[in-house]
Amino acid sequence: MTDQPLNRRGFLARAASLGLTTALVTTLAPRLAFAEWNKAAFEGKTPADALKSLGVADAKESADIQILASDIAENGAVVPVQAVSKIPGTTQISVLIEKNPSPLAAVFEIGPDMLPDVTTRVKMGQTSNVVVLVQAGGKHFTATKEIKVTLGGCGG
Amino acid sequence: MNRREFLQVLAMASASGMALPTEIARAEAAAEALYDAPAFGNVSLLHITDCHAQLKPIWFREPNVNLGVGAMAGHPPHVVGEAFLKQFGVAPGGALAHAFTYLDFERAAKVYGRVGGFAHLATLVKRLRATRPGALLLDGGDTWQGSGLALWTRGQDMVEAAKLLGVDVMTLHWECTYGQDRVKEVAETDFAGRIDIVAQNIKTADFGDAVFEPFVMREVNGVKVAVVGQAFPYTPIANPRWMVPEWTFGIQEENMQATVDAARAKGAAVVVVLSHNGMDVDLKMASRIHGVDAILGGHTHDGMPKPVIVDAPGGKTLVTNAGSNGKFLGVLDFDVKGGRVLDFRYRLLPVFANLLAPDAEMAALIAKLRAPHDAKLGEALAVSEGLLYRRGNFNGSFDQLILDALIAEKNAEIAFSPGFRWGTTVLPGEAITLENLLDQTAITYPWTTLTPMTGEQIKGVLEDVCDNLFNPDPYYQQGGDMVRVGGMTWSCDPTAPMGARIDDMRIAGKPIEAGKTYRVAGWAPVSEAARDAGGEPIWDLVARHMRAKKTIAPPKLDLPTLKNIDGNPGMAS
Repeated sequence: MTDQPLNRRGFLARAASLGLTTALVTTLAPRLAFAEWNKAAFEGKTPADALKSLGVADAKESADIQILASDIAENGAVVPVQAVSKIPGTTQISVLIEKNPSPLAAVFEIGPDMLPDVTTRVKMGQTSNVVVLVQAGGKHFTATKEIKVTLGGCGG
Repeated sequence: MNRREFLQVLAMASASGMALPTEIARAEAAAEALYDAPAFGNVSLLHITDCHAQLKPIWFREPNVNLGVGAMAGHPPHVVGEAFLKQFGVAPGGALAHAFTYLDFERAAKVYGRVGGFAHLATLVKRLRATRPGALLLDGGDTWQGSGLALWTRGQDMVEAAKLLGVDVMTLHWECTYGQDRVKEVAETDFAGRIDIVAQNIKTADFGDAVFEPFVMREVNGVKVAVVGQAFPYTPIANPRWMVPEWTFGIQEENMQATVDAARAKGAAVVVVLSHNGMDVDLKMASRIHGVDAILGGHTHDGMPKPVIVDAPGGKTLVTNAGSNGKFLGVLDFDVKGGRVLDFRYRLLPVFANLLAPDAEMAALIAKLRAPHDAKLGEALAVSEGLLYRRGNFNGSFDQLILDALIAEKNAEIAFSPGFRWGTTVLPGEAITLENLLDQTAITYPWTTLTPMTGEQIKGVLEDVCDNLFNPDPYYQQGGDMVRVGGMTWSCDPTAPMGARIDDMRIAGKPIEAGKTYRVAGWAPVSEAARDAGGEPIWDLVARHMRAKKTIAPPKLDLPTLKNIDGNPGMAS
């Protein structure tokens, strides 16, 4: 054995070899399974529709929300977007892709023992603003980042 | 080559009617002064970048169009010609003016001769190392691609040359177009224990684990120096993603800051970023990351005689760019005391092959590497009546030759050719060899295509590529030039927003219709579907075209009508 720290791949490989992955999944799964599905919000055709269905009347821009994502998508079919909220009492983090046919891509319910740091992968057909909406203490906050989707080629 | 030998060379050049005696006298004086680079401080970094596999001396014409828009307008690197000389205080008419600008290119090329070449570069590196013990040699990447020999050996020729040159650390871009496995193979075999590949922004696509070390720490004269790697952020976008299917890139500012902080925490007194971002991206990054002493940059092929000193959070960061095609060697000297940089000197030395004797060992290696391929590379395809070059935002005469060949050979109405910035120059009257053609085309996805496209789709492509070049936010730029367009006329307003830059598209004076379909030829497709479809390699198509023509008349450039760039010093009048 070396004393090198395990990276995630190594950890998962080792966890799998020890039969631990099932246990990991079961501890995380219930919260996902029991989160309420806001059908109207996910089927909203404009950002305004989606926000309305999420019960957002007034959202304030906040520098305490960080969006970690590539400026130009490497593959529009799977664009990784990470959202981190530093706003105390964060209970929900949502991701909206303004120009998608159904803008709302994800809603994460943040429990009291969870870090408000989530990552998802979204599909984007064209360059668009990505809006992260945070609910904290009954109030709403947003941050926006443009992610460009290009045809590719022609570089360098 | 000593002074006497140099004079003999010049005398021969003079006898063959190449240059006037006064110009030769000026060249000789320049040679004396050019490489007089007194040492300074206690930490020296030598920097090469974007040599594009040019092992032998070549001709290389710098651009006469390199527009900056928005906040970048008129600022380095977006100055050309006379404006460049003025910006950097370079005397007109001399060796440096020839090295850094396109001005009077054909005549000056005959006076000063070819540039670059690894044997000549090796001599210069040795000369500088003699006065700068412990100096590190950093390679910014785009080293393994850009020539027929490199393509045929999958970059092995350049791997051998880099080892012999004594490169210490490198980062990546076009190297990745040999595939991720090939890059790892070199890193783990040839380079193991000799050359470190660093890239804080290459991670596995699944879990985000580092593929290479984000930085290496080297001790130079007792000073800890960290070299952080920044590979080209848009490799899987500008080049085929299928070549690096398990890697993800991007700018990754947060990780860059964390990497710099980690290097400082480990005791680095000097932190430099070896970057393949491109200069505009480097300038923005420098203004947002703290703790970096210098960003040694490449990708955009800007030969910048002086660094830009950027106001960074909590300090200053130098940003350099060291040109392309083996034409320059960057020399950054730091005076480091008490764990921090107190002062610096920077030089970008042009590599004039006539003024530097070839290093015997490197020359022998190059001869050995080329021997099996020399005859094939040397095939004269045609004679060029005009100057053939590539660099420039919108078109180059060698690109026009490629466009003309595509239209003729594919029976197309319109042709597209990628806005690559590599590619050497051919002087009027010279034979165009297969080697010259491969200097413009040697890539691992060379297939030619003929695609039916609607007018709307054509506009979409032009708008998309134009935004990669002229987006006012550098982080959204990819660092190439505009796609070259043959067969149609159009207008371009670089200052307009995306979707509104391209207008007035016409074929033979007739407006292109949005709904009508046109036959469009191209090459270098990045999709997997195009790979599977195959197609004739571009060099075969252009070679066939040239062999039949035998003589290539000076190509007439298809250029867009530009709007709103009056007075922009990135455009020569």
